[in-house]
Amino acid sequence: MFISTQWLEDYVDIKNLDIDTLSNGLVMSGSNIETVEMVGKNIEKVVVGKILEIKLHPDAQKLVVTQVDIGEEVLQIVTGATNVEEGQYIPVVLHGGKLPDGTKIKKGKLRGVVSNGMMCGGEELGISDKVFPTHKTKDGIYILDEEYPLGTNILDILELNDHVIEFEITPNRPDCLSVLGMARETGATFNLPLKYPDIHIKEEVEDIKNYTSVEVKNNDLCKRYVARVIKDVNVTHSPQWLQNRLRKMGMRPINNIVDITNYVMLELGQPLHAFDLDQLNNQKIVVKNAEEKTFTTLDETKRNIDENMLMIYDGEKAVAVAGVMGGLNSEVTKNTKTILLESANFNGDSIRTTSKKLGLRTEASARFEKGVDPNLALIAANRVCQLIEETGAGKIVKGVIDLYPKVEEEKTILVRPNRINQLLGTKLSKSEMIKILEKLEMKVKDEEENLIVTVPTFRFDITQEIDFVEEIARIYGFDRLDMTLPKGSGQGAKTNGQIIEDIIKNTLNAAGLNEIQTYSFMSPKVFDLLCIGKESCMRSVVKVINPLGEENSIMRTTLMGNMLEVLSRNYNRNVEEAKAFELGNIFIPKDIPVTELPIEKKVLTIGMYGTEIDFYSIKGAIESLLKRLRIENIEYIPQKSNTTFHPGRCANIVYENHILGVMGEIHPDVLENYKLGTRVYVVEIDATMLMGITKPDRIYKELPKYPAMTRDIALVVKDEVYVKQIEDIAKANGEDLLESIKLFDVYKGKQIEEGYKSIAYSLTYRAKDRTLTDEEVTKVHEKIVKTLEEELGGSLR
Amino acid sequence: MKDQLEKIKNLAESAIQDAKSMQDLEQIRVKYLGKKGELTLVLRGMKDLSNEERPLIGKIANEVREEIENSLQNAIEVVKQNEKNIRLQKETIDVTMPGRKCKLGHKHPLTKVLDEIKDIFIGMGFKIAEGPEVETVYHNFDALNAPKNHPSRDMSDTFYITEDILLRTQTSPVQIRTMKKQTPPIKIISPGRCFRFDELDATHSPMFHQVEGLVIDRGITMADLKGTLDLFAKQLFGSETKTKFRPHHFPFTEPSAEVDVTCFKCEGEGCKVCKGSGWIEILGAGMVHPNVLKECGIDPEEYSGFAFGMGLDRVTMLKYGIEDIRLLFENDMRFIEQF
Repeated sequence: MFISTQWLEDYVDIKNLDIDTLSNGLVMSGSNIETVEMVGKNIEKVVVGKILEIKLHPDAQKLVVTQVDIGEEVLQIVTGATNVEEGQYIPVVLHGGKLPDGTKIKKGKLRGVVSNGMMCGGEELGISDKVFPTHKTKDGIYILDEEYPLGTNILDILELNDHVIEFEITPNRPDCLSVLGMARETGATFNLPLKYPDIHIKEEVEDIKNYTSVEVKNNDLCKRYVARVIKDVNVTHSPQWLQNRLRKMGMRPINNIVDITNYVMLELGQPLHAFDLDQLNNQKIVVKNAEEKTFTTLDETKRNIDENMLMIYDGEKAVAVAGVMGGLNSEVTKNTKTILLESANFNGDSIRTTSKKLGLRTEASARFEKGVDPNLALIAANRVCQLIEETGAGKIVKGVIDLYPKVEEEKTILVRPNRINQLLGTKLSKSEMIKILEKLEMKVKDEEENLIVTVPTFRFDITQEIDFVEEIARIYGFDRLDMTLPKGSGQGAKTNGQIIEDIIKNTLNAAGLNEIQTYSFMSPKVFDLLCIGKESCMRSVVKVINPLGEENSIMRTTLMGNMLEVLSRNYNRNVEEAKAFELGNIFIPKDIPVTELPIEKKVLTIGMYGTEIDFYSIKGAIESLLKRLRIENIEYIPQKSNTTFHPGRCANIVYENHILGVMGEIHPDVLENYKLGTRVYVVEIDATMLMGITKPDRIYKELPKYPAMTRDIALVVKDEVYVKQIEDIAKANGEDLLESIKLFDVYKGKQIEEGYKSIAYSLTYRAKDRTLTDEEVTKVHEKIVKTLEEELGGSLR
Repeated sequence: MKDQLEKIKNLAESAIQDAKSMQDLEQIRVKYLGKKGELTLVLRGMKDLSNEERPLIGKIANEVREEIENSLQNAIEVVKQNEKNIRLQKETIDVTMPGRKCKLGHKHPLTKVLDEIKDIFIGMGFKIAEGPEVETVYHNFDALNAPKNHPSRDMSDTFYITEDILLRTQTSPVQIRTMKKQTPPIKIISPGRCFRFDELDATHSPMFHQVEGLVIDRGITMADLKGTLDLFAKQLFGSETKTKFRPHHFPFTEPSAEVDVTCFKCEGEGCKVCKGSGWIEILGAGMVHPNVLKECGIDPEEYSGFAFGMGLDRVTMLKYGIEDIRLLFENDMRFIEQF
């Protein structure tokens, strides 16, 4: 919402406040400011001139040579503008003058002819072209509407010596969407009295009853309908001062009638509409829901309407979409002689829905949506009539039609000053509070412990005691409140789950993995890209009904798709190596279609590629993590049928017969789908389960007191034998003495038959309570070797 | 014989002095003290000496042997030391060459900043509460006093799963869940992912992160809110940081405020980061609306409280000077490895 401070000054005396004091004060009392702009800044030496004579340029077809009277002298100015005529009043930039875009104007010659300055257009004066009146070409010279004293500074004529403040009005304060509304705030903030406009109509003629009648059929959607009639209308352009004000507030001047309705809307906040009464069948207004399917609004657009939309009808046809926009069929034109002025109060929700369906948001609909005080309708209608009369635009017909069945009454609310101090941590006296409330135009009755406050009807936002806490706090000043810390003890802490999450992230960081974060939603195409079977339960998903695009349309059931996308992005940006993990939620629907909240489960996904990375790199990372979380007895079961992974390089990670996750090299088909030209390794683990089996507590284990004995073996076995089989046999036969079994070499090649491999292990024996003898160790070791040979068909090398 | 011994001693001493290496010294030892060495040979001739002379010469001979042995020992020490010095000299390496990389992983910048924020609030006695990303309309809007016609409820602002289920647009529903299951005092922060219907561009993302906080107890005041957030800002951005509380409007709180902090880049002078104002808006806050307390079964006459919220992505971007939010979700390793 733009507010001209010059206009504001009509209602509240802010002469003694500089712009910084004014804007900071308003911000601190709750009116947030987006921008403050000096309208005519950087304009120098631009004055009013009159074109006395226009002659063709001797050497240039597109230029003319003019003589311009600026009062003290007559200047010769060459111009290329095509909209100039002798006798016009125009802005002239003198030699040494400046324009807002930084242009400096100097005397010079154009194609050999002396030019002592420049005539300028509105845009050159920094006036946005969207607020330009249609009857002036925006590429040409700004033609002034009236005769002004020659040589007068243009800043004074166009009232450009003005700060325009753009306020961010919060949705609870629609009463601030007007100059008067902001004047009220200014008055309360700076403790200044408010001067309301003096609204009166001098002369009235005839009787409205002879002109029109109004019928409201839907009182729910139209709380109040005020109509007045103006006759002998002379539709022309508005006076310069009125145009100036509209333009500075961001509105385009159109004609005097429309401009005055807009002016009053900006001034008081009441949207208004003027109908050409002669275009209304039976000179009648009926407010009712739409009966047709289409309607052409005055922006010459044919729109689809429906029976839920409130419309204004005449005796026959629809003439306006109530509170949104008038119809082309009853628009005020140059030929209009009689006007029906509408000042109504329409239901905000209904206007919002209509405006949204039509895709049409206007200054009027925006105000109705947020709420307009119904008690404003008559005041605003009279204000319009006053301005029409004062500017000689028409004659006001006597009488008002005012359909207002349920008058909006002022609310009274009980306020406890004690309570206010309790919540603010202040010690304000009752009288201080009363003073603040009265500044806000509230009436206060002092009843000992309590205050009984009467709230003006324009303050819809105030409905209960707590609302006064805010009013008092903001006018008193948030910055004047104390800063204290809450009393009471209470220890801050993380939960076990949160601590484990931290451990997981820290451990993976220490293992060289970077943490990534990707979206919780993903594309349904991911399942095909990952070659996940059609029957997989992963494909049962939670869908977004209004996604931004297909790629964000379902809630993820795996993090692998996002992981591969990230790895692919890195790979294709020539990042040599990537090792990453994400700890995030997946979403499992409890039912399809979804009727209750899905299960949200934490998942840990790791992905890696790089020249020095293979299956065992990622397995090592997982093993380190599991060790850190003190999770033991994990089995890695070869998994040949997971279609996302390489059939020979994939394992399920199993804990006590529950699958904790899956790990492996990504299948070449999947790599191709993700445009990855390198081998990629991925793990996905159920982190909720992982956290459940983590044992964060630990007890110290005594260091060994007696020496260990180590025996190495090299066993030749068939390729298909998994080392896990060897380890299981060794452990099963190691009695209490086998402390550890460590793989240190796998060899294939010379001396080893095709289809076989040589596996070398270091077996360490130790007893807790004594030094082992050679015989003891030999006995156990030989038993292990013998079992290995028998069960695996292996032979010692 | 005495002269002979003296001569051997002198010869040996001078040989020792000239010796350069352990080998030289060993040769000297063999030559003079060895089984067939010169001193041994001389001593063998002792048997021909008279009984008076023998002990005398014997004593001298022993002294000579001791002296030579001592000199040898000293010379060995010197030579060893020299040899060590020479080896050390030879072993000089270029210490300016790069070390073998021990590659550590990096946390995502959002996690780093969140960890900082969590630590600050834990230090002030807060606990961390979490809740679902997919939420009910009730928890996300209704219970938070959001008007039924509030534009934020529109399909053009919020992602919906069904009419009653949505992707949370804030982490405030976690506050509702906490208030419903826990009796005051309550002191929590609720960090997490949020979703709004915004196309991805340099400053918007359909998914972003919030950290909200809630304190409910007897006698909590707006001054407590100011004090808490002022202390938080000083801890996160530095002890010189100042805060400014501007009145604002949120349905969930009354009174409501927006909170600015002095720009940590220019310390209030005005720069590009703060767009010349010296202040940066980072928080929304206020006293929890009595309607919300009532909805959660807390008596607003007995208890009061405050709530606040901030955009983690925004704070992270400001703190690290990141100008494009997309970088946070692209996960380029070269980006993450900077944090």
